[in-house]
Amino acid sequence: MMDNLYMPYLMRIERITYEAPGVKTFMLRFVNEADQAKFSYKAGQFGEYSVYGVGESTFCIASPPTRKGYIECTFRQTGKVTNALSGCEEGSIIGFRGPYGNIFPIDEWKGKNLLFIAGGIALPPMRCVIWNALDMRENFKDVTIIYGARTVKDLVYKDELKDWELRKDVKLITTVDPGGESPDWHGEIGFVPTVVEKIAPSSKDTIAIVCGPPVMIKYTFPVLAKLGFADENIYTTLENRMKCGFGKCGRCNVGRVYVCKDGPVFTLAQLKELPDEY
Amino acid sequence: MNIDKRLVRKDSLEKLFDILKQNSKKIFAPSTKNGKISFRDAEKFSGIVTGYVQTSQSSKEVAFPRTEKIFDYSKSKDGMSVKGIDLKDIPEVILWGVRPCDATGIGELSSVFNWDYKDEIYNNRLSKITVFGFSCNNSDEYCFCTSVGGNPGNTEGSDILFTQTGENSDYLAEIITEKGLAIVSLAPDLFEITNNIEKNKFLAKVPVRFNHEEIKEKLDKFFESKEWIEQSLRCIGCGACAYVCPTCACFDIQDEAHGRKGSRVRCWDSCGFSHFTLHTSGHNPRDVQSQRWRQRIMHKFSYMPERLSVYGCTGCGRCSRACPVDMNILEHLISIQEVTV
Repeated sequence: MMDNLYMPYLMRIERITYEAPGVKTFMLRFVNEADQAKFSYKAGQFGEYSVYGVGESTFCIASPPTRKGYIECTFRQTGKVTNALSGCEEGSIIGFRGPYGNIFPIDEWKGKNLLFIAGGIALPPMRCVIWNALDMRENFKDVTIIYGARTVKDLVYKDELKDWELRKDVKLITTVDPGGESPDWHGEIGFVPTVVEKIAPSSKDTIAIVCGPPVMIKYTFPVLAKLGFADENIYTTLENRMKCGFGKCGRCNVGRVYVCKDGPVFTLAQLKELPDEY
Repeated sequence: MNIDKRLVRKDSLEKLFDILKQNSKKIFAPSTKNGKISFRDAEKFSGIVTGYVQTSQSSKEVAFPRTEKIFDYSKSKDGMSVKGIDLKDIPEVILWGVRPCDATGIGELSSVFNWDYKDEIYNNRLSKITVFGFSCNNSDEYCFCTSVGGNPGNTEGSDILFTQTGENSDYLAEIITEKGLAIVSLAPDLFEITNNIEKNKFLAKVPVRFNHEEIKEKLDKFFESKEWIEQSLRCIGCGACAYVCPTCACFDIQDEAHGRKGSRVRCWDSCGFSHFTLHTSGHNPRDVQSQRWRQRIMHKFSYMPERLSVYGCTGCGRCSRACPVDMNILEHLISIQEVTV
């Protein structure tokens, strides 16, 4: 097993959660205890999840490293592998290999405010960081989460959103695109960048973590700049297509930078150094 | 290890082949099939092709097969069993008739497969290959090894390098590595002591056409150049260049299922294909052919030298020979060198 970089761990699906139309979360446990014992990861890292006979697909680890004994992944059913994953039942065995890539430097953020901004299916990579921070809450000042989706139905982790809403030590703002609201919706209505501008979180001693569809990211960065955030204090994670996860298969690079090895976590300052190839 | 020089008589090559066969060695050597010369398991010495400037396929596929099994799996009522490729099953191979440009290409592949994560499948295959290089007595207009740091008699990457000393003449054998020495010890009589033979006069003359270090420097500021569009307008994205290249290492990972059993395989891929970087969402970071052509050149002449300290090109010229729309990498590199940014 040690000789073969491409050999996945066998994982049993312990629980399936329906998050949103086409979106599920799997809670996975290692079939072999020895694999579990030597496995460790940090927030921001990703892996290759596979259905035997169908293939592999790349997603982040959506659960925080502070919760031991299992990992979770959240995916939308879109391609061949995610369709096959979606057809799996609790108790099924799938493959996982990882963790790969760099990390969100949470330890360096101690003593600061954290501002999380996420859109749609991009909450999962951030959820790992959010729970990681909340599990060591005393280390940070204000924690603000701004999360938006197209419609109320498309919001993922609905139970956790309720949980964060009730917590006194978290400020949660949820929003849906105009027209995406339901009659009983009590959150914001508007696109994420607009909501960020309206809420106007302070940039003083604050780290901003932004994940979302390219168009959301594109319009959120200028808003943050206007609020006084330095490029070094804005983090995001890139998700280029990958096969190997460790710098060999040759497709995830943005110029000379490999998303799988140098990323997937980048600051806006680093992104600005890269050519427009992501 | 100092390079030991010996003389191998022209007729001794066949004797060497037979002795290696008697020692149950597997020999992969160039042979012709459907008009293409490739490295195949050679049963008889008479089947080995000689006199080629370059084989159609590089020798890469012996170290890095076109399609390679990673593991087998089988599903049952009780669960799943997965069995990885057994490295002990990888055979020892003599790679016979390798041109120096292919031999150096192996080193470039190794840099990719050992970049931080060590690919033990690749390393194991490579550790079992003994490379018999054959210097080039002839070249053609596509060859440019001397422009990327190589030469027609380059010993790098070979375990033994044979240089024919004139038409129909004997061979100078340079014993370069311990692996090469192990071969000599199987047939010591065939490797005769010789006075110093000057091999250079027998080698092909390949003129230097560009400076690869200058190209690298140029490329640092060339990403947005319109030259990429100009050069790739006729590219049809067939990927032939990558499939014949001795250093292209990009691969795909796919599953092959047969009922409840199957295997996961690693297979060659090409940055020239439109699907190579396509996201599930439909977004594609390299959406048009000029971006994919730029990736090919930048990867080999800028990113690899910077990240791995090797160039991803050995000047074998195969991509230009194989291109169905007659793109010539040598001409394109020269025009990059000449264009003002």
